Amino acid sequence: MKLTGAQALIKSLEMENVEVMFGLPGGCILPAYDPIIDSTIRHILVRHEQGAGHMAEGYAHVTGRPGVALVTSGPAATNLVTPLCDAYMDSIPVVAITGQVSRPAIGTDAFQECDTVGITRPVTKHNELVMDPDEIPRIVREAFHIATTGRPGPVLIDVPKDVLQAEMTWNWPDSVDLPGYKPNTKPHPRMIKEAARLIGESRRPVFYIGGGILKSRAAEPLRALVELTGIPVVTTLMARGAFPDRHPLALGMPGMHGNFTAVAAMQKADLLIALGARFDDRVTGKVSTFAPDAKIIHADIDPAELGKVRRPDVPIVGEARLVVEELIRAVTDLGGAGAQADRGPWLEQLRAWQAEYPLAYDEPLDGDNLKPQMVIETLRDACPEDTIVASGVGQHQMWTSQYWKFDHPYTWVNSGGLGTMGFAVPASIGAKVGCPDRMVWAVDGDGCFQMTAQELVTASSERIPVKIAILNNAYLGMVRQWQEMFYAERYSEVYLSPDLPDYVKWAEAMGCAAFRVETPSDVLPTIEKANQINDRPVVVEFRTDSEEKVFPMVAAGQSNDDIQTAVGVQPMKRA
Amino acid sequence: MALTHHILSVLVENKAGVLARVSGLFSRRGYNIESLAVAPTDDERFSRITIVVDAESAPIEQITKQLFKLINVIKISELTPSEAVERELMLASVAADASTRSQVIELVQVFEGKIVDVGAGALTLMMVGMPSKLDDFEELIRPFGIVELQRTGRVALPRLERGAARLRSVKGKVG
Repeated sequence: MKLTGAQALIKSLEMENVEVMFGLPGGCILPAYDPIIDSTIRHILVRHEQGAGHMAEGYAHVTGRPGVALVTSGPAATNLVTPLCDAYMDSIPVVAITGQVSRPAIGTDAFQECDTVGITRPVTKHNELVMDPDEIPRIVREAFHIATTGRPGPVLIDVPKDVLQAEMTWNWPDSVDLPGYKPNTKPHPRMIKEAARLIGESRRPVFYIGGGILKSRAAEPLRALVELTGIPVVTTLMARGAFPDRHPLALGMPGMHGNFTAVAAMQKADLLIALGARFDDRVTGKVSTFAPDAKIIHADIDPAELGKVRRPDVPIVGEARLVVEELIRAVTDLGGAGAQADRGPWLEQLRAWQAEYPLAYDEPLDGDNLKPQMVIETLRDACPEDTIVASGVGQHQMWTSQYWKFDHPYTWVNSGGLGTMGFAVPASIGAKVGCPDRMVWAVDGDGCFQMTAQELVTASSERIPVKIAILNNAYLGMVRQWQEMFYAERYSEVYLSPDLPDYVKWAEAMGCAAFRVETPSDVLPTIEKANQINDRPVVVEFRTDSEEKVFPMVAAGQSNDDIQTAVGVQPMKRA
Repeated sequence: MALTHHILSVLVENKAGVLARVSGLFSRRGYNIESLAVAPTDDERFSRITIVVDAESAPIEQITKQLFKLINVIKISELTPSEAVERELMLASVAADASTRSQVIELVQVFEGKIVDVGAGALTLMMVGMPSKLDDFEELIRPFGIVELQRTGRVALPRLERGAARLRSVKGKVG
């Protein structure tokens, strides 16, 4: 069968069961947009290519299926660099397709030419420039295979315009043949046995759960392993929802803004069982003083993570789901729940910490601006339990991670590793496209919202009814917090103004329903009103307290032992 | 003896951009390359990159693990310097007029090099050997006046033991 390269590209995407792609056409990718008219694949026309990338990520986050972005060459490709890097840092399966100038023009500084493959090489798991139209099906097939297997990540395919226009012979490969790519998914039995032995003996163990548990769909077996062993669990920012927050063994989020008990538990542990986590600096604080007494069991699909930051006592290369299932078997073989060391005093200690150092904030007085934490708690309680929450990056992100109760996997969509401001709006749109029957809220900051808000036009025109809560504190809040605490309150370039832009007018101009909330008594009724609207996006602007800070906090580069539960309050140092 | 460098022999797919992937990984992660040589192998689908890495810049285990993540990398062998045959080639044009020419020729003979080109006031020499030998030779000819000098960077193969070969495959995707 003879097809054009463009037809082969779209047909290949159909063969990969792509349901939806996010994109924006332009010169070099034009040929690929013609067969889209006849394709089963839904195309969502974004307003900026960065939005396409983050939507693809949001879609992948909640569905586990690869998100697809389709854009043109040059500036479109460079606009995609941020989401690609974001997906790379957070191991999100994304396949990005970019147009390229025609083969004879490559290297001549042609109009809208850039070295897309060169620019995106360090921010993709793999990328490929297609120089032969006959290779399109194979390269697409390989791209989806690479993006979704092993440690997931973004893969970019760069297709010159004349390759899209050329005729090719359709040939769909039966299998993928990549001699240099064979991810090791099955954990080594000896390591599993050794891990089970250490687990059984440990008196102060903690499960340190990372995003890998979600990537490998292992939330259910994880719960079984936790209940079998009775070991408490911390879930990192990327793993919120991997273990239910309302479970008695859940300690919540560790790290720079983790709650006291989660941080202290890791510091005082005699064993950390890290599953699909990578000892990020935001979790460990100063590495040399992180969990000083703990032995480390570290399981990851990526061998390079083992020993990168902290040398494990038991390294396990394998897919998190298989690791968890094998651990359940091995722990059971050693006697199961009955053969675990006595952890009564440890659990008692944790409960005492939880009682003494809960997350806390001052109730707002009437007439004051709203407390952001109170807005999030009210929103949480007014929404269905399986609501999907997306966030941008900064204070609002930390408060949402702290105060939301994540009881289901794939309900939390955020930018962890790269910390991409502006992630929330497009990512929530992608999430809503992936899960149209679920309620999707984005909790965003005023600074973040201004970076990608234009995608609400996409949401309105495509009838994707996401809901956006802007916590408007008129500042780049997290930067303000650091300047207050570490730069002697010398505020430099962080003030944004509460009413420029006018968020309500702006949202309405983009086709959204919009509300502004300034008093505590209006918070719940407005949220309830927003939850009733299902025919268009909703934006609710909450005027929040500028001076509110995120606590607890471990200052950058400091030891987790220096955790502050409020300014200057360091309970672990006291002890 | 503390290692000053590691030698990695990396078998890669012979495709456009693979060298850029490898060198880009080294620069991004802050690994120092002392020398790098690329050449085709007896199988045209593959090339071999011989990389000498500064032992100080990062643990070799982390470097090989990161390299393995590149899709186009097929196999990595780490050659311990004491268990490898290392060679490098040097071409040098050295000023040599009537008064010094015989001294230069003598040096070349002592070091078992070759004279590959002769000009009116200069000689071009070729020298193959251990990099340290080339270093010594370079020092000795410097006083005569080096006009131009080019070195290839080292290539290496495992030393043949009386018995099993010592090409130690780093544990990874190729069994």
